[in-house]
Order: sequence, then C-alpha cells, then structure tokens
Amino acid sequence: MKKRLWLIGLTIVLAMALAACAAPAADAPADDNAAADTEAAGSEDATAEPFRVAIVMPSTITDLAWSQSMYDGLVAVQSEMGGEGAMEIAYSENMFNVADAAAAIRDYAADGYDLVMAHGTQYGNSMFEVATDFPETSFAWGTAIDTGADEGYENVFAYEANAQEGGYVNGVIAAMINQSGVIGVVGPVEAGDAKLYIDGFVAGVKATNPDIDVNISYTGNFGDTALAAEAANTHIKAGADVLTGSAQQVVGAVGVAKEAGVPWLGTQSAQTSLAPDLVIANQLYDWTGTINDMISKINAGELGGTAYVLTLADGGLVVEFNDGYATPDDVKAAAEEAVQGIIDGSITVEME
Amino acid sequence: MNELFTLGVLIGIAHSGVRLATPYLFAALGEMFGQRSGVLNLGVDGIMLMGAFAGFYTVFNTGNLWLGVAAALGVGALMGLLMAVVSVTMQAEQGISGIGLYLFGMGMSSLLFKMLIGSVESVSGFRAVAIPVLSRIPVIGEVFFDQNILTYLAFLMVPLSWFVLNKTTFGLKIRAVGQNPEAADSLGVSVNRVRYATTILGSAMAGLAGASMSIGLLNVFQENMTNGLGFIAVALVYFGGWRPYGILGGALLFSTVSAFQLWIQVLGLPIASDIAVMLPYVLTIVALAVAVRQIQQPAALTKPYERGE
Amino acid sequence: MSMNAVRSNRQRRRLIGQLIDIALPLLAVAAALLTGAFLLLLLGVNPLDAYAAMFRGAFGNTSGITQTLTKMTPLLLVALGICIAFRGGMINIGGEGQIIVGALAAAAFSLALPEWPRWLLLPSTLTAGALAGAVWGGIAGVLKARLNVNEILSTVMLNAIALQLMNFLLRGPMLDPEQIAAGTNIPQSAALPQQVWITRLMPRTLLHSGIIYAIILAIIVYLLLWRTTIGYRIRAVGANPAAARYAGIPVRTYMTLSMTLSGLFAGLAGAVEVTGVHHRMIEGLSGGYGFSGIVAALFGKLHPLGAIPASFFFGGMLVGADKMQRSMQVPSALIVALQGLIVLFVVSSDIFVRRRSRRRVSLEQDDANTGDQPLIVPTAGHGGER
Repeated sequence: MKKRLWLIGLTIVLAMALAACAAPAADAPADDNAAADTEAAGSEDATAEPFRVAIVMPSTITDLAWSQSMYDGLVAVQSEMGGEGAMEIAYSENMFNVADAAAAIRDYAADGYDLVMAHGTQYGNSMFEVATDFPETSFAWGTAIDTGADEGYENVFAYEANAQEGGYVNGVIAAMINQSGVIGVVGPVEAGDAKLYIDGFVAGVKATNPDIDVNISYTGNFGDTALAAEAANTHIKAGADVLTGSAQQVVGAVGVAKEAGVPWLGTQSAQTSLAPDLVIANQLYDWTGTINDMISKINAGELGGTAYVLTLADGGLVVEFNDGYATPDDVKAAAEEAVQGIIDGSITVEME
Repeated sequence: MNELFTLGVLIGIAHSGVRLATPYLFAALGEMFGQRSGVLNLGVDGIMLMGAFAGFYTVFNTGNLWLGVAAALGVGALMGLLMAVVSVTMQAEQGISGIGLYLFGMGMSSLLFKMLIGSVESVSGFRAVAIPVLSRIPVIGEVFFDQNILTYLAFLMVPLSWFVLNKTTFGLKIRAVGQNPEAADSLGVSVNRVRYATTILGSAMAGLAGASMSIGLLNVFQENMTNGLGFIAVALVYFGGWRPYGILGGALLFSTVSAFQLWIQVLGLPIASDIAVMLPYVLTIVALAVAVRQIQQPAALTKPYERGE
Repeated sequence: MSMNAVRSNRQRRRLIGQLIDIALPLLAVAAALLTGAFLLLLLGVNPLDAYAAMFRGAFGNTSGITQTLTKMTPLLLVALGICIAFRGGMINIGGEGQIIVGALAAAAFSLALPEWPRWLLLPSTLTAGALAGAVWGGIAGVLKARLNVNEILSTVMLNAIALQLMNFLLRGPMLDPEQIAAGTNIPQSAALPQQVWITRLMPRTLLHSGIIYAIILAIIVYLLLWRTTIGYRIRAVGANPAAARYAGIPVRTYMTLSMTLSGLFAGLAGAVEVTGVHHRMIEGLSGGYGFSGIVAALFGKLHPLGAIPASFFFGGMLVGADKMQRSMQVPSALIVALQGLIVLFVVSSDIFVRRRSRRRVSLEQDDANTGDQPLIVPTAGHGGER
C-alpha cells in the first residue's frame, strides 16, 4: 500500500514537473496577452459601469483567422473607450460543441452582459432561443444577415463580412503577380465565409486574366494544418506561383509557401508575421466600426435589428499591402482600381 | 481524368505521399513498440502536440533545429513516463488512460503556447535536402531523395525498428512480454521494466512525430495542430499488423491517397471535395478488409501484468 | 446469537468496504484537482475560487443542475453503448461518427415526413437515428468479425468519414431551403417539425425529457446484459472468446451484435440531441461526446447502472469546468488539461478498488455480485490472475 501511495506522489510530481516548464511564463515578455486578460478579469471594481461584452467562439483568439479578427476588434474598441474600466470583454473559446456554446450564451446573458456575441453560424439556433428568454439583453450572430426581425426579435444584431470583395481584390493582385498561369487556393470546407472569399478570388483573377487556371482544393476541415500544408505543396507542384487560402488551417500552408518562396495572399486576419517577405497583402476584417455602432445603439436603447455587413465601402474590409514584399506599383494601382470599382459599384463581384 | 495520370502528377503524388507519411511513421512505429509489449497508448495525439510545441518553442528561441528535436524527444519521453506509471504500474484501463493523456497533452500544449508564445509564429525548420547522386535517379530520386532530414529519418526508422524488434535481445523481450508475460517473467524478464521502456520509447517517437510537423513540414505551431493525426497513427499500427513494414505500407497508402485526393481537387475533377476527402479513410478500411491476413494482435495487449502471489 | 453477530459484523465490514470503493474515485478527483491547482496558481488564479466556481457552476443552482442533466443525457446514452461494446470485448471509439449519422438520419427522417402526428413521428424519428448509428457501428462489427479488421482502426476511420458525410449533406442535399433562398448557405438543415421536438422539462433551459428515456434505457441495458441469454453471451464473448466458442456461442455474430448495439445507443444520442436540444441538424453537434462517453462509461465501471451517476458527475464536471473558464477567465486549454488529469487519476485509483475487491473475495469466498466488480479489462482478466 505504501508503495502505491508513493507512486501517486510520483505522478503528482511528474505532472508538476511538466507544469513547471511553464514557470518562466511569469516573466516572459511575449506574455502580454495572457497578462492583460487576467487583469481584465480582475478589475471589475472600476468606478463607472463598464459596458460588458461576452463572446462565444468556435476556435481560439489566436487562430489568425475568423475568431482572432473579432477578438482583436474588441480589444481595439476597448482601448479606444479607455480600457477595462470602460469596457469588459469576456470570451469562451474553442466552443466547437454547440450545446456547450448554448450554455455559455445563456450564462453570459444571465450574468447581465450588455451584449452577447455568438461568433459562429452554427450557434444561431441556440442564440435565438436564449434571446427569447432575455429580451433585455442584446445578442449578435456572426456570419449571418438574419436578425430574426421577421419572427419578432428586437434584440438581435447580425454581422458578416462580404469576404468576396476583398477576395476579388486579392484575385486581381494574384493575377497580376502571376506568371506561370496557375494560382492555388487552399480552402477548408466548401461553405460559408471561406466559399465567399474563394468565389470572389476566382472572379477577380478571371476578370484580370481569364486564361489563368485557379486550382482549388478543400481539406474538409477547418483545423487540418498538415493537409493544408500538403495542399499548398501540391498547388506549387501543379505550377502555382501565387497562393491564398482561408480559415485557421492555413498557417500550415503559409509555412510551406514561405519555405518554397511562393507569395501568399491572406484573409480574415493579418498573416504577415508568418512570412514577412512573402505575404503580398491581407484582406483584414476590421470589426471596430460594427462593434462601436452596436454599443452606441445599445446605449441608446436599441437592442438589435441591424444586420452589419463589412464591405470595402464602409471601411470594414481593408486590403492592406505588406511593406516587406516589394509589390510593383502597377499591381497596387490595379488593386486600388478594383477597390474603387467595388465601392462605386462599377464592379460587381459575380458569384458562382 | 487523363491529366491525373501524367508522369509529373504521379511523381507529385508520390512525393507528397512520402512527405506526408513522416509524422505517421514516427508515431505509428513508436506505438508499435508499446503495443508489441502489451501497452495500448491511445494518447499519441496529445503526446504529438506536446512534442510539436516543445520542438517549436526550442527552435523559436534558440534557432537550433537539433535542440528542437531533442526537446521534442525529451518531452515525449516524459509523457511516456506518465503513461507508463498510469498504465503499467497502476494497471489502469488503457483505453481510458490514453484518452486522459490525450486530453492532458492537448490542454497543456495549448496552455504553454498561450503562456509562452501567445500568437502563431513561424520558424525556419528543416529544409529539403537532395541527396547527391541518389536524387538524380529518374522518378525514384525525385520521389524519395529530395525530402527533409526528418523524413529520411522516419523512413530509416522502419528497418531500424524491424531490426530492434526481431534481431536484438531487447526486441525478443518486447515480443515475449507482449505475447506471454507469465513465461517471460518466469525467465527472469522484468515485464514492467520492458513495458516502461517501450512506452517511453514510443512516446518519445510520438513527440518527434509532432516536431516533424512543427519544425519540419509546417514550421508553425498552432493549438491542436495535429487535428487527430495521432489516432490515425494508432489505427495504422493495426493496419500494419504490428510489423514495421506493414506500418510502412499503411502509412504510405494513407498518405498517398491523401495526396491523390488533393490532386483530384487541384486538377478540378468533378468530384465533390467532401467525397474526395473521405477517400483515404475509406480506402484504408477497404484495403485492410480485402487483404487476407491471419495476424493476431499481441496476446497480452491492453492487459496489465501482475505477478501471481 | 454469535452466528448473527459474525454475520452483521461481516455485513458492516462489507458496507464500509463499499463506501471506500465509492470514496476512492472521489479522492482521485481531489488529487487531480490538487495538481491542477498548481497550474491555476501559475496563471495567477486562486484555485479555491476557481474550484468553488466549478462546483457551483455544475451543481450549485438550478441553471447548473439543468445544464448538467442536459449534458448527461448524450453522455449516458453513449456510455450505455460503450458498456455493451466493452463488455463484448470491442473497443468502440467511433461514438463520434455514430452520433453524427444518428443525428443526420433523425433530422432527414422527420423532415421528410412533417405530416405525421407526434405519437408516430417522434418514436420513428428516434428509431431512425438509432438504426443509422447501429448500421455505422455494425459496419465496424462486421469488419472485425468477418474480415479481421480491428475495430479501433475502422472506428477511427468511420469517424472521419461520418464528418465528411455531414459536410456533404449539410451543404447540399440537406441544406435548409431558407438558407438557399437567402443566399447565405449556412450549413444547417431546416428546422425540424415542431411535433418531433422532445418535451422541455423546464422553461428557459435546454433540459428535455430525453434524460428520462436515457435512465430507463440504462435499466433496460442492465437487464439485457445480466438477465438475458443474449447479454450473457455478449459478456462471455468479451471475457474469453475462445471459451465462448468452445461453449458453442457464435462468437462472430455476438461481436457484430455488441458493436451494432453500441452504435445504436450512440446514434440514439445523436437523434436525441437533434430533437431535444438543437431542433435542426447543425455542425458541431457531436462535440466530443464520443470520447467523453467512453470516460463516463469507464468511471461507471462499465456497468449500465454505474453509468448513471458516472455520467451525471462527469457531465457536471464538464459543465462546471466551462463555467470556471467563464467566471475566472482561464484559457479553455487549462480546462482540457485538467480533464485529462482527472481521467488519469481516477483510472489509476481503480487499482485499489480492484485489490480490495480481490481481497474481499478471497476472505469471504463470496461470489461478489457484478455491481461490486472492479473495472474490468475488456478482453480478459489480468495477466497474473489465471
């Protein structure tokens, strides 16, 4: 018996040893994020009533894609408003189980958050159910344009991004950079935001040079980085000299593009840090306008009913060039022309 | 369909298949050692994630690739020690302890990533090194001898594992312990010591499998980046009938079909992408189902050993 | 007189022994939480506050308990299937895929027959889901029994196939016509007809009467496994296939059967989730229940009745951990690591239960009733026990 107890002890020590690897965290400089988060949670005793936002996300705040774009937006708005005293952010990440997400949405609503964001299409059903029970709380549904107004909901916002617009611009850029006649696209699942982006991208390429082949592959998954990397390799083998892709899995593909020296076009969040010399441009989702507007509407007593769509015209979508990549001026000019064309309506992005 | 069967594309498929097989080989060969001695470790995916993080973090900070490999091996071995304590000494039900280890590894790797790095970054990892002379051989040279060092290492592990398993005393002990622990015990082989060794060895290799992704194939670390690859690796051990060359066949089949379906999509053949993605999974089952095999699993697999009193 | 005293003394000892058996896993959980406390301290979170939040979140108020019960429902159903499979010597890690096909079939069935009345539609929808799961599990069973394809391999692969099947159906054939009309193409099915929604037990919660079905089914599975010939044979094949064959039991048929039944319950779990919680087929519906169900089943010692409290506590732990993530703002990764630790500690602690049970048996020469038996390794006894 004694021996066994000793072994339990050993197991604990082992686990602690593993944990101890984490010890340097406290003084590691790269740790700003985590530190800021814990502080955010701890400073509820601010003088003024802060505006309280909660968000439920399917992936992580560091996914370099869909979830991160919104989290970065929230943090930006928070610092504009004057920090944690003015706005409180709570988040639940990795909520891939929808029933768990439903519980999170309900808890946040019950906790009295002013705005509860369901940052995934699959949460819609659950969120509407909670919205019925908490008519005084504001909700927001991501990747959707349905605020439930038809069914009588007055406390639901909806938001999505016209990813095809930046996709089109990225397509124009890709077509101008391209020399081999082949461009590769690494997609996740053929649906939603990714499909919008890819359809727009193809339209942009074809409008610039109809002779270019755009090869598209889907990994069937949002998180399969290994397959995404191999998809990038395959595109390069098939002759692609410009690549793009969507969802959190693309970090694998960007890694491959970097090794192979193939330029990359990003979307959703800035992916420049992964390949500083090879990312030509990123379509960025800037949600700050959307968030600010929701907050001011809520403060004015309007709890929902608006569907926000990020577009190039309203500045929610931005195609930002990376200075680390020497983009030729004529490419920049063509991209700018495409942006202006989409804004003034002379270009309409044809969808499949 | 014709474009699919040009030499260039076929070479491309094979080249991708060989590269993709790297993490599967490391992880599945490691798992094989454990299973041959009677320990089923379902936690491979979690160990891979820990190894991937350890390797990446080390390279991120020091830039030294081999130090990264060492870190991945070390962390993998530590995870293996934990698994061995739970499954061998504490005689825990192996199906469940593996799931515990998987969750622990997945959680810890993400937590460490959040605390120590905080955002997705890239490093410059192992590059493809063409082997002089050999890489000039038409077709074969292109497919096999223009890969990164970890891929070569993974393929070298196959004959090496075969040798260790079949030609060394250690290998004999492993097989004896997995087939008939009482007999091995009566011959003076310490059953539990052998199982500790194989579990730790296998886990170190799983750690290396993770590193082969984070500092070899992808050169990034992201939370849960293996996405269940470790479970496929465990499945491949069964596919390979607990034999290194069988595992090689399984890993190559799975990864080559994965590469093949990517080419189907890239060439724009009229097959829905979801159906194409299913191909490697379906074909792996079918291949095993049609193959006539009489291989039985190690008799003591999943059975903890306790000396009769 | 003295005989009676001996007997009551023995009974008392036995009762104390059973209490210790129950206490051991709880002690193991405590040890895991103690280890987790170091992680929390590293993150600058007070472990006592965190664990208080976890416990309160799961069991401390109505909302917590209803969430725990809601979560328990699919866990228990999957766990029942796992009990059958593991007792039959089959390691089913394909719960995830079986849940998905069960949910898909249930959704498709009820959407195809929206005119049917509730008394007909609800049972047949649940049956459709259960049958689909049974087929998915049965494939692995047949592959194992007839073609010697290991079930771990086939269930891992079938999980991936089911996921892609769902992707395919939800953006094509089963896509909500409203989504097509709106041009948004969100991958989800249309809302199921209202009469197929399982009754909600409490307003403002997701708690539905599926939990009652699940508990009744647990009793039925218990009776099946221990009071019928079929159950006896399933267990005989699991305990020792060679002996079972010698005894004239068609081993292959029973292997297939246990895997099919296992899939049936996972498929039913999917059908219950879709009709009880979500009311339409969506992505992310299975969300790890395939694995959590295995853990719940093994915490319940692979006994259908043991699975009831086990899935309640494990479900509560999952719910509480999520609440802790929210109220203390700790990363979800910590919660996952903590769950891993709890699983490792609890499964390790079982050795003491096993030892005690064996000592008791040798002391009393009593045939321990099945409920007391330690967590049994699926295929046979332990190496040295022969």
